[in-house]
Amino acid sequence: MNYNWDWNIFFKSTGIGSEIYLDWFVSGLGWTIAVALMAWIIALLLGSVLGVMRTLPGKVLPAIATAYVELFRNVPLLVQLFMWYFVVPDYLPEPLQIWFKQDLNPATSAYISVVVCLALFTAARVCEQVRTGIQALPRGQSAAALAVGFSIGQTYRHVLLPQAFRIIIPPLTSEFLNIFKNSSVASLIGLMELLAQTKQTAEFSANIFEAFTLATVIYFVLNMSLMTLMSLVEKKVRIPGMMGGAK
Amino acid sequence: MDFSQIIPSLPSLWDGMKLTLQLLLLAVAGGIALGTVLALARMSNSALLSGFAKAYVNYFRSIPLLLVITWFYLAVPMILNWITGEFVAVGAFTSCLVAFVMFEAAYYCEIVRAGIQSISKGQINAAYAVGMTYSQAMRLIILPQAFRKMTPLLLQQTIILFQDTSLVYAVGLIDFLNAARARGDIMGQSHEFLIFAGAVYFVISFGASSLVKRLQKRLAV
Repeated sequence: MNYNWDWNIFFKSTGIGSEIYLDWFVSGLGWTIAVALMAWIIALLLGSVLGVMRTLPGKVLPAIATAYVELFRNVPLLVQLFMWYFVVPDYLPEPLQIWFKQDLNPATSAYISVVVCLALFTAARVCEQVRTGIQALPRGQSAAALAVGFSIGQTYRHVLLPQAFRIIIPPLTSEFLNIFKNSSVASLIGLMELLAQTKQTAEFSANIFEAFTLATVIYFVLNMSLMTLMSLVEKKVRIPGMMGGAK
Repeated sequence: MDFSQIIPSLPSLWDGMKLTLQLLLLAVAGGIALGTVLALARMSNSALLSGFAKAYVNYFRSIPLLLVITWFYLAVPMILNWITGEFVAVGAFTSCLVAFVMFEAAYYCEIVRAGIQSISKGQINAAYAVGMTYSQAMRLIILPQAFRKMTPLLLQQTIILFQDTSLVYAVGLIDFLNAARARGDIMGQSHEFLIFAGAVYFVISFGASSLVKRLQKRLAV
């Protein structure tokens, strides 16, 4: 079969306006980052609250957090995305519904759905990491904090969480990387992020291998740079004299 | 909400579920087999082999599964065509299966590697001391023990894979999720069918992971 290899394809015109294919990849990467960062911020906040809830005394709050985790971990991401995109908007109050379906442009409503979906999905995983981090601390830590008169809130804020977050930076990093990879499901509801742009390039130019190779390289580089960034953060916040051997 | 059409649609949903399970079983078998080979390569003394296995694992772990599925769907027919020189019709099922096996192997490799590394070195030394070859030692001594230890992790990864099979939606394969979507659209109850599909995935994954947790407790020393 004849396949025309052409690595210059990225600098050629797409035939749409004055865009070259590389522009598509740049804009796709922009959407991927916009989705992942926004969802990550929400996931980190919500996941931390849930993680703390799972370690609180009492029955109700831990049970709510546990139910949340089980629900969001046992339903496939794609099913959750379809729920947020196709089902939930139909049950919003009338004005919100009109706003979501008619006033917003399709890219924005897809963006909102994907961000909500990934944020809630990832929050369940963050919750488990935060819980593990808190439970990994010696019991003496919270006992000592309470003994010197800290309230439960103060104990978490000043004693437990600062230590727990440091311990769980490596697993949180992999969740952070996962959210970038998972954001590719957005292509299935029409958001033109990196994977969608790659597919479009492959279809327009017929240079499938070049398009997917570039996408792979972009994901790979993104992954590597985030990993490097997080290990810098880890070094930066390490407590001298604690595990990890920092000076 | 009107779930009335679910019962009459069960046969066609079951057809979708059969495809999901078929894909899952083949992908798990292939993924664990390839993952084990990769793990052995990764731990071999040859720098070339271990370097290759390491690169393979890093590569597949840094790209999205959906990218692999889409890429293979487009690429596998072309590659086969280059190799054989003929047009081979490769269905979406085969290309998805190849994608899942190759992608999951990277994850299974890391589990198997951790499993093998948890076996004490005395075991392999003893195997060599009684005159076993490398392959005998691995096959008869190390791997059986390692697999017993890592069964819970392998099962957990399999539950994740069960959920991930729904991504074949991207290439139009009629798995359980896609069957529910298509059927729901025809019946005019797309919301209800989607909720039903989600509930089925939940019950299976939740049930399976509860069983794995119990198994884990029983295996724990």
